[in-house]
Amino acid sequence: MKQGLLSRNPSILWFLAALGLFTLGITVLSEATGTGLISTSFVKTLGKTLCLCLIAIAMDVVWGYCGILSLGHFAFFGIGGYAIGMWLMYARTEAIVAESLAASPIPPTAQEIIDATGTQIFGVVGSSDFPLIWAFSHSLTLQLLMVLLFPGLLALVFGWLAFRSRVTGVYLSILTQAMTLALSLYLFQNDSGLRGNNGLSGLQNIPGFEAVPQSQISIAFFWASALALGLGYVLFAYVTSGKMGSVVRGIRDNEGRVRFLGYHVESYKLFVFTITAIVSGIAGALYYPQAGIINPAEIAPIASIYLAVWVAIGGRGRLYGAVIGAAFVSLLSSWFTGGGAPDIPLGFYTIQWVDWWLILLGLSFVAVTLFFPKGIGGLFDYLTHVKTPFRVGDYGPDKGALRQEEGHEQ
Amino acid sequence: MSTLLEMSGVSVSFDGFKAINNLSFRIGEPELRAIIGPNGAGKTTFMDIITGKTKPDEGRVLYGEKSLSLLKMSESQIARVGVGRKFQKPTVFEAQTVRENLAMALKNPRGPFDVLLYKKTAEGAARIEALAEEIGLTAELTRPAGELSHGQKQWLEIGMLLAQEPRLLLVDEPAAGMTPTEREHTTDLLRRAAEKHAVVVVEHDMEFVRRLDCKVTVLHEGSVLAEGSLDHVTQNQQVIDVYLGR
Amino acid sequence: MLRALLFAAALCLCLPASNALAQQSELQTLLQSHQADVAKPSRSSVDAVLADLAASNLPGVATFLEKWQSKDVWVRESDGVFFFGRETKDGIELTSIATGEVVATVGKKEASQIKPNGGVRKQLGTALVQFQLSDPDITRRTAAVDAIAKSPAADQLEPLLAAIEDEPDAALKARKTRLAGLLGARFADDEAERIAAIEALSGELSLDVRAVMNQLLTTQSKVATALPDDVNIAHVYNVGDDLTADAAYAQLVAANLAPAKISEAEIKTALVANVANGSAGGIPTGQLGDIAKRLTAYDALAAAGTVPARVTDADVQSALTTHVFFDVYDEPSAAITAAALEARTEIRQRVAFNQAGDFALDALSLASIYFLAAIGLAITFGVMGVINMAHGEFIMMGAYTGYVVQQFIPDYTISILVALPLAFAVTFGAGVAMERLVIRWLYHRPLETLLATFGISIALQQLAKNIFGTQARPLTSPAWLDGALVFNDVVSISYIRIAIFVLAVIFLGLILFILKKTRLGLEVRAVTQNPGMAASMGINPDRINMLTFGLGSGIAGIAGVAIGLYAKVTSEMGADYIVQSFMTVVVGGVGNVWGTLAGATMIGTLQKGIEWLNPSNTLAAQTYMILFIILFIQFRPKGIVALKGRAAGD
Repeated sequence: MKQGLLSRNPSILWFLAALGLFTLGITVLSEATGTGLISTSFVKTLGKTLCLCLIAIAMDVVWGYCGILSLGHFAFFGIGGYAIGMWLMYARTEAIVAESLAASPIPPTAQEIIDATGTQIFGVVGSSDFPLIWAFSHSLTLQLLMVLLFPGLLALVFGWLAFRSRVTGVYLSILTQAMTLALSLYLFQNDSGLRGNNGLSGLQNIPGFEAVPQSQISIAFFWASALALGLGYVLFAYVTSGKMGSVVRGIRDNEGRVRFLGYHVESYKLFVFTITAIVSGIAGALYYPQAGIINPAEIAPIASIYLAVWVAIGGRGRLYGAVIGAAFVSLLSSWFTGGGAPDIPLGFYTIQWVDWWLILLGLSFVAVTLFFPKGIGGLFDYLTHVKTPFRVGDYGPDKGALRQEEGHEQ
Repeated sequence: MSTLLEMSGVSVSFDGFKAINNLSFRIGEPELRAIIGPNGAGKTTFMDIITGKTKPDEGRVLYGEKSLSLLKMSESQIARVGVGRKFQKPTVFEAQTVRENLAMALKNPRGPFDVLLYKKTAEGAARIEALAEEIGLTAELTRPAGELSHGQKQWLEIGMLLAQEPRLLLVDEPAAGMTPTEREHTTDLLRRAAEKHAVVVVEHDMEFVRRLDCKVTVLHEGSVLAEGSLDHVTQNQQVIDVYLGR
Repeated sequence: MLRALLFAAALCLCLPASNALAQQSELQTLLQSHQADVAKPSRSSVDAVLADLAASNLPGVATFLEKWQSKDVWVRESDGVFFFGRETKDGIELTSIATGEVVATVGKKEASQIKPNGGVRKQLGTALVQFQLSDPDITRRTAAVDAIAKSPAADQLEPLLAAIEDEPDAALKARKTRLAGLLGARFADDEAERIAAIEALSGELSLDVRAVMNQLLTTQSKVATALPDDVNIAHVYNVGDDLTADAAYAQLVAANLAPAKISEAEIKTALVANVANGSAGGIPTGQLGDIAKRLTAYDALAAAGTVPARVTDADVQSALTTHVFFDVYDEPSAAITAAALEARTEIRQRVAFNQAGDFALDALSLASIYFLAAIGLAITFGVMGVINMAHGEFIMMGAYTGYVVQQFIPDYTISILVALPLAFAVTFGAGVAMERLVIRWLYHRPLETLLATFGISIALQQLAKNIFGTQARPLTSPAWLDGALVFNDVVSISYIRIAIFVLAVIFLGLILFILKKTRLGLEVRAVTQNPGMAASMGINPDRINMLTFGLGSGIAGIAGVAIGLYAKVTSEMGADYIVQSFMTVVVGGVGNVWGTLAGATMIGTLQKGIEWLNPSNTLAAQTYMILFIILFIQFRPKGIVALKGRAAGD
């Protein structure tokens, strides 16, 4: 089977090789393990970018392959981040609290430590009790399980409700956006149990590794992110190839026809929606320890729309396209907004990219949609001389179907 | 010949327009049946009801030995119990190859995890080769279906129908856009399928129906106008009125 | 008695001036008879003076009391005569109390100011009210009534009742009567009178009536070994049922009927204080990280008498069983509290009923805002199948247009009248431009349209931020839209909301008219139902699409002005409304004006309803609303007003 997978998807080998080389290169150049040409903060940026690439391929599978334009996958990303953040914050606060209580002449009781930890964590929202949602936060194992379970269950329930009522196309997109909005609004409340708009912070400090410098932690997370991206790529290449891929793409192009072939379309959609949600959660769990802080603003619907933008610019319907799009746009974005791009003096007005980058992004996004529906990934078609078949009309009647302009896929 | 499908007293209306009006219909297994009728007689709606695409306002649709009610089942369940359909307009998956199209239609477990863990078998490959041979697309197996001509798409659609190994085949205008030789091949194919299964053919072309040489049901305004051999129904005054009268 | 007296006083005011002069010197005489108490008033002595002054029926008493209160009365040291005084640069200018004429200007030593203390001044104020209630000047009478309403007291009831009959102003008379009722319910001497007053009030729902009822029904929590029979008991608690054991015990502790519980923190402090030789209470400190060990150690200390003994659960239990916990009305009369309770129940029902009315008004106004925000979207979505993610930014554009217009036209009425059509024109133009440049290339690719318009949306939002900055800009409504239409203390609606409602109704009518009665509407409906057929009938779908999109966007601009009037104008305001607008369209059903109306009504009502149930938390309201909509879609995937038939089949 492995043989078949690789022969069907030559891009896997190319991708893994490129990812391996990149990881190696960064390792050699980083502060902790190499020459120190690359700063720790840039290693973190690159590690975060790899996580974004991972969620981008998940998005590509759900949108580019299955035709569901989900505007909610960043919510799953955030949930994954919150899940791991709860353990990070709990374990670290508990260690600090235990240390400070140890100064007392008599040792603290377990309850006292928990109470003091609660006061530390929830003081900002005027509370001191652990809400039910933190029930597993003391255990790394359980909380890692939550990284998979929370996004998976939410996707399962939401997807089941949405797909069984046969909501498709833009309706479904709007519904996923509403779900994301509801979640972020909920998290913004102080009594949500997740510290309201303060979010979870100090996540870059890994309990048990306080002595290890950030430069080493950053490279470890970088490797973990690269590994996750590699595994995710292989997983999704497997899912989107073979018969499963056939059915999933068939659902995208003509859902009704797949149904008349005897496939229970809703189950397939639910499967794709849930598995991509879980992978998004994993990506988030790797991203936020590198970012150091997570708050509800990260989950706002706009983030999920940006995700769609990355995939569209990279080229939907091909996994490497999503990776390219996410890496390219997010790095370019941080270059522009971080003040890296030089201002352009026009004499009467100076274009400062901090202010104008979003306008550029918005307009270039319109341009990509209009003129390059295949995205950056489409350039590879010219390299490999894959010809667009001679045909007239779109690939299918469904709203998410590939369009004539998008031509042949890999 | 046992009854495979029985419809009784089925009615369905769209915004007050009665597309199907108290329709009763039965077909045995094996049997070949042609359905003719003028435009708007309800032929496509009739098929939509059997395949679960349209839910009727009243009536019963019973299928198989256990008399399953098709009205309570979803489209995919109906397809899985052995009702296959070929659409009037060929709807194949244009972005995928002919082989992928056929493989998707092959009779195999349809659950997501079955499909995810599905391994290609020599047996399956042989089935695909045989089907491709039958529909004359052996040379086109690796081409995307979108590149096929209209006639070839019709054949692919028929191939996908056969690949499902259904017990009840609903075939909507199979001969449209085919050459005379291809038509002959199609009739041949349908008659062979009807030796073991139930086949319902909706067709406009009288010549084609004559060649099928089977019992004919005439639909008009959503109900059965006449039933019998082609010669019998063509002499029916009502049928003549409907077809020629206006 | 007092009534007659005041009546007489009122009569005296009408007597001729000459007569008054003579009587005013009588006032001085009267004052002289209380010389010491007037010159050095104290709270205990001033009552007698006031009673005599009131009994004297003399004119000028009110003026004198006022001056006395405002520290303008001086006493001449030489003879102890009182004058109204004023400090000038030459000395003290003394005015006769009798004539009101300046008598003399004396040195600072020769007269001294009378400075009543705060308590006395308050008593003077109360006495003054009685005079002011019958003052010929209506503003002073109104002020007096206001003063009573603000701080009602028992002794005001009599003068108030006395002042009702001769009140010439009907409105003020009604107020006085009502106020007398309010006071009567609390302070009337006779129980039957009070009950009558209470029952009379039960038909009202204003805040002051509710306050009176609550004051009548104030209770104190008490604890005793047995229920006393000489008090008016409001409620007897059943511990563990409607009163937690902890709260009950806390009451016992507060009433000094039981020793306070020793908290875990106190145990810890006690142990820390008694650590000796590495152990406390006989247990090594190292083991005291366990709560059971700590208790043992503490009990050991308690046994040694070092610390107070712990209150055990058994102690608590027995203390609770031997006591009863109950609420006692401050009002001793059970008949009155029963009447008040009944009246309060009735008032509450009435208030709830009116709150429902107020809620309906709120919901209606929110619904009209959603309708305005969503109808443009519904038109473009329904007619063209196009999701315009930049719709929210068109709303913002309209609001900023209004803001810019106000920078040039200072008159708010005119500027709004200019801004509305201008906002329509601006966003109409923007919509048409967007349709021509982007959307028409993306027909039949709804998901791509969604994303492309989203690109435009972020660009427009950032552009607005670059031009207008991030801070909120005000869009001021004309003065005649300030304030609110008040029906009673519960039901009111601000004029701006009424105006928005009117605007929404106008647009509903306008759109229905355009769609149903004009050539354009006919063509739009034709294109909606079958673009191919419409084209073959000679309708240019391109033109129709362009105009439809322009119309939808133009309405968004108008909605922007309307929303800007009651909320702040920011670059992100569009994003705040876009999801609600989508929800409105989806819930209502696509392609139908009535559907949008139904959707807006439902979402507006729902949001207000959830806010009503949980008023403190608007974020939660929105969360629950969205969850509700997701569930709603389960049951009506095509919205409230769904298109039926074959066309809607798939």
